Amino acid sequence: MTAIAAKGLTKRYGDLTAVDALDLTVAAGEFVGVLGPNGAGKTTLLEMLEGLRKPDAGEVSVLGEPAWPRNRALQPRIGVQLQASAFFERLTAREQIHTFAALYRAPGSAADEWLERVGLVAKADTRVEDLSGGQAQRLSIACALVHDPELVFLDEPTAALDPQARRNLWDLLADINDSGRTVVLTTHHMDEAETLCDRVAIVDHGRLLQHDTPAALVAAHAGGGNLEDVFLALTGREYRA
Amino acid sequence: MRAFAHTPFGALSIAILRGFVRDRAALFFAVVFPLMFLVLFGALLSNQDQSEIDMITVGDVPLLEDLPADAREAFETTFEVEESDDLDAALAEVRDGDADVVVEQKGDTLVAHYTQTEQVKAAITQSTLKAYVDGANIAASGQPARFGFAAERVEDESLTTIQFFTPGLLGWAIATSAALGAAATLQGWRQTKLLRRLQLAPVSTGTVVGARVAVTIAIALGQTAIFLGLGAATLGLKLTGSWWMSIPLVVVGTLCFMAIGLLAGAIAKSTEGAVNMANFFVLPMAFLSGSFFPLDATPPWLQRVSDVLPLKHLNEGMLDVLVRGQGPSAALVPLTILAAFAVVVTLLAARLFRWDTA
Repeated sequence: MTAIAAKGLTKRYGDLTAVDALDLTVAAGEFVGVLGPNGAGKTTLLEMLEGLRKPDAGEVSVLGEPAWPRNRALQPRIGVQLQASAFFERLTAREQIHTFAALYRAPGSAADEWLERVGLVAKADTRVEDLSGGQAQRLSIACALVHDPELVFLDEPTAALDPQARRNLWDLLADINDSGRTVVLTTHHMDEAETLCDRVAIVDHGRLLQHDTPAALVAAHAGGGNLEDVFLALTGREYRA
Repeated sequence: MRAFAHTPFGALSIAILRGFVRDRAALFFAVVFPLMFLVLFGALLSNQDQSEIDMITVGDVPLLEDLPADAREAFETTFEVEESDDLDAALAEVRDGDADVVVEQKGDTLVAHYTQTEQVKAAITQSTLKAYVDGANIAASGQPARFGFAAERVEDESLTTIQFFTPGLLGWAIATSAALGAAATLQGWRQTKLLRRLQLAPVSTGTVVGARVAVTIAIALGQTAIFLGLGAATLGLKLTGSWWMSIPLVVVGTLCFMAIGLLAGAIAKSTEGAVNMANFFVLPMAFLSGSFFPLDATPPWLQRVSDVLPLKHLNEGMLDVLVRGQGPSAALVPLTILAAFAVVVTLLAARLFRWDTA
């Protein structure tokens, strides 16, 4: 089964074509990393896949249903982590995840379970403003997963994490994927993509440059290097926005 | 309650309410700050009666000592009398401001010595003493008085200070917290991308907006209860018959000022900017709408300006039903005007609304 099927996806902002006739297919249960320099169009691509933005051209179907217009039947099946700051002000970690659970009509027990899975039981009564960057990141991932979605979008989930937190999060993400969920994440960490992802989609200037397994990409482009060498070979070394 | 907390609407409402009550600054400006004004105005202006006038009588003053009973009562509430035999010492006290007037009687003439620095007290002293002399003259003539005089205070039927200020300050408090709350929530949620996140959750925009509106109305009704309760319990506020019509006024007024806050939140680029802009709309409006002083004494052009301000109509409606003793129908015109404002401003805010900062 196909989790995501995007065809000819295009989005323009004025003169800028953020996403340019992009085709992308993600199989159910697959773990896909979307890589690209800043300004490559990753976020716009994800927003169209999530149903937040209307494509100017092309079409997306997610879990067999059109992603646009906002599809109420689809939303409970998708989990999205946008940014570690997307929280209700002045709520504790526990109140936060219970609120999200209620929004998705998920049981409160699931909220407590997820708090435990991301190691935040000790911080349950801490307000989100007082959590460290890594704790907030883990909480926002737990909030994205509390309703047991089939498909999960994670936007740079390991940004601002220390190595300990990053490795623990890798285990968590691998677990999520092993339990049959489809995971799409964006990242700047090539080692992360190499370790976690079944396939990587390298995006630049709104186009899909490559979409293959890390091993195949390294074999074809790196000339004895790693995924980062592939990435730089494909997207160049100039500074980006 | 637990079931309510597990519905999307209930969970959102509780989350928003918690965010508000844990925000000490918001709580302060919504409740404590306006109450401070109320207590301050009440204390400063409630005792508009002049304090007693300090009078020193020098030697015998038969005219004052033999006042008829009713005049004596009035005399004693107006003057605080001290007796002295030393005219020069008494005059020195007036000069130094320790006493207001020195009175002596020379034969049949009552002489009052006062300074011009206390003009009001001097005028009261003069007219009061002159009235006693006139009264004594009539009594001495043996003729019955032909003309009578009766004084009736109008304050009781119009408005005392606390009666006037409570509805106006309450209107300002409600307007401020509704507008600032809406502006800050919209901008804050947009900045943190919570708005986007909620858009991705299976809840309708109506549920999100409805929860925010419900919490704001609950807060406004709480402000009203605290204001009227404290006013009645400690500041001598007397509510009139159809005070309960203030409830629909508060509800519709809240919607109106939430819309103004949403407009500010839609225009502004940051949370601080949105809050400042909401304040920029509301605070001058409060001055021009009679929240802080009666509009009756202002120039006519200012009163015309105030007619186009929603807060003026909220204040007038609140005054009418809370303290002026008008019937429930007095609130209908203000309610209609506020509702119209709410609809127009909401439509405008909705046109300018964006889900995210981009």
